[in-house]
Amino acid sequence: MRFVDEFRDAEKAKVLSAKIAGLCEPGREYKFMEVCGGHTHTIYKHGLEDYLPEAITLVHGPGCPVCVIPMGRIDDAIHIARRPEVLMTSFGDMMRVPGSGGNFFDSNAEDTDIRMVYSPLDSLKIARQNPDRQVVFMAIGFETTTPSTAMTILRAAEEGIENFSVFCNHITIIPAIKAILDSPDLRLDGFIGPGHVSTVIGCRPYEFIAGGYGKPLVVAGFEPLDILRSIHMLMVQLKEDRSEVENQYSRVVPWEGNLKALRVIGETMELRPYFEWRGLGFISHSALRLREQYASFDAEVKYDVPGVRVADPKACQCGEVLKGVLKPWECKVFGTACTPETPIGTCMVSPEGACAAYHNFGRFTRTRVREASIATVGELTASARRTTAEGTLR
Amino acid sequence: MCLGIPGEVIELLTDRPDLAKVDVGGVKRAINIALVAEEGIGPGDWVLIHVGFALSKIDEAEAKAAMDFLESIGKAYDDEIAALRDSRII
Ligand code: SF4
Repeated sequence: MRFVDEFRDAEKAKVLSAKIAGLCEPGREYKFMEVCGGHTHTIYKHGLEDYLPEAITLVHGPGCPVCVIPMGRIDDAIHIARRPEVLMTSFGDMMRVPGSGGNFFDSNAEDTDIRMVYSPLDSLKIARQNPDRQVVFMAIGFETTTPSTAMTILRAAEEGIENFSVFCNHITIIPAIKAILDSPDLRLDGFIGPGHVSTVIGCRPYEFIAGGYGKPLVVAGFEPLDILRSIHMLMVQLKEDRSEVENQYSRVVPWEGNLKALRVIGETMELRPYFEWRGLGFISHSALRLREQYASFDAEVKYDVPGVRVADPKACQCGEVLKGVLKPWECKVFGTACTPETPIGTCMVSPEGACAAYHNFGRFTRTRVREASIATVGELTASARRTTAEGTLR
Repeated sequence: MCLGIPGEVIELLTDRPDLAKVDVGGVKRAINIALVAEEGIGPGDWVLIHVGFALSKIDEAEAKAAMDFLESIGKAYDDEIAALRDSRII
């Protein structure tokens, strides 16, 4: 029985699968982290782990911005939204993220007015249309959404809009990867680098991972073949004893990133000394706040924000999942108390979260799936192993 | 939110050079193109859009691949398109 969808080019995938298997050194285990939630999604959706030899394990990283928002920030947002003059706006993904006293929908049922928007520009427009309200945009996301917030602030400043501000929760991916590299829990052999974040930051910021930590990183696209190709590139690097940053997704990601986007971020925002990440704790220089010169657009300056720390629910093991120490289904409440309908932890809320991605594809019985598919890919893999042993396949 | 949505530029807005009208799977909306302006954007070009801003110029084949990927996600993508449909930035 196969739970996974066949995808276009499944044949090419099998060839890659065999090549990857051929690069495995006997007795060695390989652990690669895919940092980005979009990749996690592709991996589960297409059952890519079934195309990999047993020696390779993929671990899912912290690259889902909704998943790493600590409860305290949700509570802070609701605290701001409770002011009668405030109309808060938020991306849809955030609406169901639980705070200690419920999520945004729950607080709307009581006394807040938190509306979903697609873009911070929608939020700015709501501010223009509602001069008697204070519109606060709940800004979240990695470098894929940060430039949009920055551009919106610049626009608001240009137009002299006074009833618009931003509750800034933008985070940056590099310190999170560093925290994982420094964590004693996990030994990784390489990284599948985020695709869309890299369109903004480019490939250079990853160089310390390859240079300083000696771990190869390959920036990857989102199609199943992109991911398999990236894993192949990682395996070739390991085989050749190299650790470099490579770009498998160069058709979208320029090596230098988007310089204009980086410039507007730098113009409007600066690094916070530290920021709390759900499950990972406080990470220094891992998040952004508005520069003083844009203080009039900073909700944290305009309003008092309690800044309370709230411990995650006891049953929640999101921290371990975000660090890649636990697989989603190893969490005690996975699929029972914690489901996409009734999420306990954040990883179950966003479709990019590892728990939600895993849950959505009904892959509860991974071992069985893996065994079943080994029968499909297995022969090829086995023959590849044989061929390598004979030294003909590199 | 994190995932880029491909859109085809159908019209530049003369009164707002930072904006363009794009077609995303039949939904036509204004988005901001200032962050890719240096690449020279015009009707017929494809861009990858994140929360209302084009962050990269792509070719048509990549746009198709990105669309396939989003469709494979299902509901979350539907929600994103629905949000885009409701988006009125000007
Ligand atoms: S199952 Fe729920 S509580 Fe457990 S790690 Fe996943 S999201 Fe967190």
